[in-house]
Amino acid sequence: MIEVQNLTKRYGQHVALDGVSFSVGRGEVVGFLGPNGAGKSTTMRILTTFIAATSGTVRVGGDCVFEQPMRVRKRLGYMPENNPLPLDLRVADYLKFRAQLKRLANGDSANRIAGVMEQCGVADVAGRFIGQLSRGYRQRVGMADALLGKPELIVLDEPTAGLDPNQVRSVRKLVRDLAGGHTVLISSHILSEIEMTCDRVVILHEGRLLASGALDELMAKANAAIVAEVRAPLTDAKEWATQLALGQAECAEQPGGYVRCRFTDAKSTDAREKIFSSASERGWPLRELSRQAQSLEDLFVSLTRGKEAGE
Amino acid sequence: MSVFRALVRRELSAFFQGPTGFITIAAVLFLIGLGFVIVLSGLNGQATPMPVTQVFYSTYFFWLILLLIAPIITMRSFAMERASGTYESLMTAPVGDWQVVLAKFAGALIFYMILWMPLLVCSLVVRFYVGESAVLGLGQMATSALGILLVGCLYMSMGCFASALTLNQAVAAVSGFAMGAALFFTGFFSYFADDRSDWISQLARHVSLTNHMESFSRGVIDLGAVIFFLSLTALFLYLTHKVVESRRWK
Repeated sequence: MIEVQNLTKRYGQHVALDGVSFSVGRGEVVGFLGPNGAGKSTTMRILTTFIAATSGTVRVGGDCVFEQPMRVRKRLGYMPENNPLPLDLRVADYLKFRAQLKRLANGDSANRIAGVMEQCGVADVAGRFIGQLSRGYRQRVGMADALLGKPELIVLDEPTAGLDPNQVRSVRKLVRDLAGGHTVLISSHILSEIEMTCDRVVILHEGRLLASGALDELMAKANAAIVAEVRAPLTDAKEWATQLALGQAECAEQPGGYVRCRFTDAKSTDAREKIFSSASERGWPLRELSRQAQSLEDLFVSLTRGKEAGE
Repeated sequence: MSVFRALVRRELSAFFQGPTGFITIAAVLFLIGLGFVIVLSGLNGQATPMPVTQVFYSTYFFWLILLLIAPIITMRSFAMERASGTYESLMTAPVGDWQVVLAKFAGALIFYMILWMPLLVCSLVVRFYVGESAVLGLGQMATSALGILLVGCLYMSMGCFASALTLNQAVAAVSGFAMGAALFFTGFFSYFADDRSDWISQLARHVSLTNHMESFSRGVIDLGAVIFFLSLTALFLYLTHKVVESRRWK
C-alpha cells in the first residue's frame, strides 16, 4: 500500500528526514514510533500529499504522491497532528462538509455520516459546536472524519495525545477494529501505545530510520533489565551479582535487610530461573524477581548502540 | 462542482458564525447611509450636471468603505485556516489548489456584494421620491454595480493573496490594506498628468481607480477599465495559487 524510498526532506539547513525507506502492506496496522522531532509528522505530511519531499519517492497504492496527489487523496483518511477542526461548526455540519469534499454521493452521505458518528461515539453530540466539545470528543470527531470516505489508507498523527486513560482505551479499541479492513498508519512517541495496537513498527530517530519490523522481534534484539530483591548483606549480594555474570549489575540496600539488584545488560535469553536457583542455593529469601518492560528510551539506546556496534 | 459549492458555502458561513460578519455589515450600512445623506443634503436645492451615482463616488465614503472593509473581509481566508491547522485537512482532502483559491475568492466577493446591498436600497428610495428617472437612471445604477463588482474582484483577490502569505490575520489585514491603499493612491498621479501624453501620464490615468469608477458611475462601460480590473484580478489569483502550491515545491 505504501512504498517509501530514500525519502529526504530538508528545511533550509535542517534535515528533517534523511534517506528513509520502508513499506507497508495492504491491511496492515503500522506504528510510527519516535521521540518528538524524529520526523514522524513530516513523513505523514509527505505521505498525505500536504508537502513535497526534497528527494525520494513515495507511492500510495501505486500512485506517486507528487505526480498524482488527487488519486492519493481519494483513498486517504487523515487526521493531522493536534487534530485541527473548525470550532465554529456543529459536528454534523462539519462531517457533512467533509463528506461533500470527499465526494460522497448525497443519499449515501447521510447514512455514512450517521454510521461514523455511531462508530466513533459522537452521535450524542452531533448538534453541538465543535468549539464546545471536550478534547476527547474532538479527537473522535477527527477520527470520524478520517473514516468518512471509507478510505483504503488511514493516517492518524498522534491520535491519543492529550487524552485521559479511558479515552485512550476507546481510541485504541477503535483503531484495533479498523485493522483488516483498512491499512492504518499511527504515530506515537509512547511505546506501549504502539505495542497494543500495531502489528509492525517503523522507528524513526533524528530523521533516520532506526528499525522497522514486527515489534516483538525488535524487542527481542533489545536488552531487557531484570530486577531481583534478596535478603542478604550488601557486600555478599554484590559479589553474587558479579558471579552471575549477567552484564552490568547495580545493587542498592533496601529497608528490612534487602538488597535490590538490577541487571541492565541481561541478554534476551531469560535469566530469571538462573537468578532464582542461585539465590535459593545460598538460602537467601527472594521477594521480587521481574523482567522490566522496556521504555522507548531503553529501546532507542539499545537500537542505536546496536547500530554503532554493527558499523 | 458540488465540491466548489460546498467550499464557497463554508466560506460564507464562516462570516456569519460569529459577530464579525454582522458588525461589518452594520458598519458598512452606517457609512453608506451617512454618505448618502451627505450627498443628498449637499444637492438639496442645487442643480448639478452629474448623475447622483457619480456624486456618490466622488465622495470619500465609497473609497473609505472599500479600502477599510476589503482587507477585513479577506484577512481570515487563508491565514486563519493555516493558523488553526484546518488548512492541512482541507488540502489533503480530494480538492484541487485552484478550487480552494477560487472558492475563497468567491466567498469573499459574495460577502462583499452583500455589503453593498444597502446602497441599492438607498438609490431606489431616492429614485422613488425624486420621481425623475433622469436623476438616477437604471442604466447608470447597473454600470455602477458593475464597477463595484470589478473593484471588488480586484480588492478581494489582492486580499486573498495577502492572507495566503501569512499565518496571522492581523498581518494579512495590514498588508492587504497597504497594497490596496498603494494602488488607490498611485491613481492620484493622474491629477498631475492632465493633458500630458507621455507614457507615465498614460499609465497613471490607466491605474487610476477613481477615473475608472467615475466613468462607470456616469453609465459608461470603459472596456479598458474592465480589462484593467479583470487582468489584475487574474494576476493576484494566479499569485495566490502559486503561494498555495508552494508548500509542495521541492
